[in-house]
Amino acid sequence: MIELQDVYKTYPDGGVALRGVHVRIERHEFVYLVGPSGAGKSTMLRLIYREDRPTQGTIFVNNFNLAKLGMRKIPFLRRSIGVIFQDFKLLPKRTAYENVAFAMEVVEAPSKTIRKRTMEVLDLVKLADRSHAFPSQLSGGEQQRVAIARAIVNKPLVVVADEPTGNLDPETSWDIMRLLEEINFRGTTVIMATHNKDIVNTLRKRVIAIERGIIVRDEPRGEYGYED
Amino acid sequence: MKIRTLIRHVCEGARYVWRNGWMSFASISAMAVSMLVLGVFVIVALNVNALTQNIENEIKIKVYLDIAYPRAQVPMVQNQIGSIPGVKRITFVSKEEELEQTRLRWGEEGKKLLQSQKKDPNPFPDAFVIEVYEPRQVDDVAARILELNDTNTPKPIWKLNYGADTVRKLFAMIDVVRYIGIGLIAALTIMSVFLIANTIKLTITARRSEIAIMKLVGATHTFIRWPFFIEGSLIGMIGALIPVLILSILYDRLLLYAETEIGFLREVLLPAHESMSVIALFLLVLGQLIGLWGSVISIRKFLRV
Repeated sequence: MIELQDVYKTYPDGGVALRGVHVRIERHEFVYLVGPSGAGKSTMLRLIYREDRPTQGTIFVNNFNLAKLGMRKIPFLRRSIGVIFQDFKLLPKRTAYENVAFAMEVVEAPSKTIRKRTMEVLDLVKLADRSHAFPSQLSGGEQQRVAIARAIVNKPLVVVADEPTGNLDPETSWDIMRLLEEINFRGTTVIMATHNKDIVNTLRKRVIAIERGIIVRDEPRGEYGYED
Repeated sequence: MKIRTLIRHVCEGARYVWRNGWMSFASISAMAVSMLVLGVFVIVALNVNALTQNIENEIKIKVYLDIAYPRAQVPMVQNQIGSIPGVKRITFVSKEEELEQTRLRWGEEGKKLLQSQKKDPNPFPDAFVIEVYEPRQVDDVAARILELNDTNTPKPIWKLNYGADTVRKLFAMIDVVRYIGIGLIAALTIMSVFLIANTIKLTITARRSEIAIMKLVGATHTFIRWPFFIEGSLIGMIGALIPVLILSILYDRLLLYAETEIGFLREVLLPAHESMSVIALFLLVLGQLIGLWGSVISIRKFLRV
């Protein structure tokens, strides 16, 4: 469960990203975050995985009260959230397998469990046979699938995706969407910021629209609603 | 921390050194070069120090007894001098011995000259040769010895010789040489520390995104730091080992050369095991500290969320 209560975010340079955001996302939900560039979508996601702190307001994520979360506890919040980016953010000097296993090493899982689970998720994203390839040897879609595998390997409660299909062609984008839907189907909450009109309008889910830091629309099975 | 995790950190740290090829190479080279320069200076300083210590230890006071002083009372004076604090050893040199020594020293030419002096009157007075514990106290000890003239009758001491002026000038010079040595080593150490820490900082900055990803998947700060510690310490170790090896080979060569070509240097240079063990210890410990310190300060910056 994720809850933002009256959240404001002002950047040190004076830019206001969020003004009074109020939103509640239940477990197992699939949510699209839409809106023009610079509307505050990424800021909202960054607040959720505690990359940033709100200027004002309270945020609850998976029973963590982010306002009271000490520096030392942040890693434990992050372990309950899987994050996916537009630019994949894989470790370039590690193989696909190592990139995924890394997220488990961090939580000090036993090596046997790491091997088993890593192959399991690589299998899920259909990359078992490419596990020894380095990111530079993989296509964009494959890299994003590795990133997804990494995001879910620790069985997080929430997956946060910031424009996961932004760098991919339409067909690959659909592969990624099918994966995210599969993950959601297995019980993980998915929050996805996107500019992809086709996907939002085809794969109907809850849509939250943000404009200039304010939530202007929040509909179950909503539409994209913009012309870009 | 679990043993498994520690092993992982060590492996990971070693792997970082290998995978960051050029950056590690740059760090290690920077370290090796500055440590080599530093090592040369330390070797020079060690040898200069040993040399000056030798010179200092050569300093002795020669006390000439009054020629008329009765022989029977000499042991008493010897005791009195021997009990002065700071006196390490006192040796009596009788006038006969002194004459004999002088004759030997002068060799053939002196033989004739001293032939006539074979019997009395012997022109030499009896004397004591006094060694002191602390060469720098030689002035005080000399003054105390002269005071014996005030408490004894007849006055036992005719004069006393330790080259007071020369000794003072020598000490002043030795001090200057030492301070310059210490100053140079300190300056070089600080320089190497900054140079090396900066290089390590560069290698870590290059991995800024790597650290960001580690944090993103929920790595604790301790977990992120460890491999970098190991890496820094490995770089420090390799970076120090190279100059230690080079220096020990060079110093060995120098000793060999000194033995065959420039005889006097052999007497002066410290044996290899003595100077090289100091250098090796100094450079290895310094290398470790710099390596660790470099990784600690540079990573701290990136861990602030």
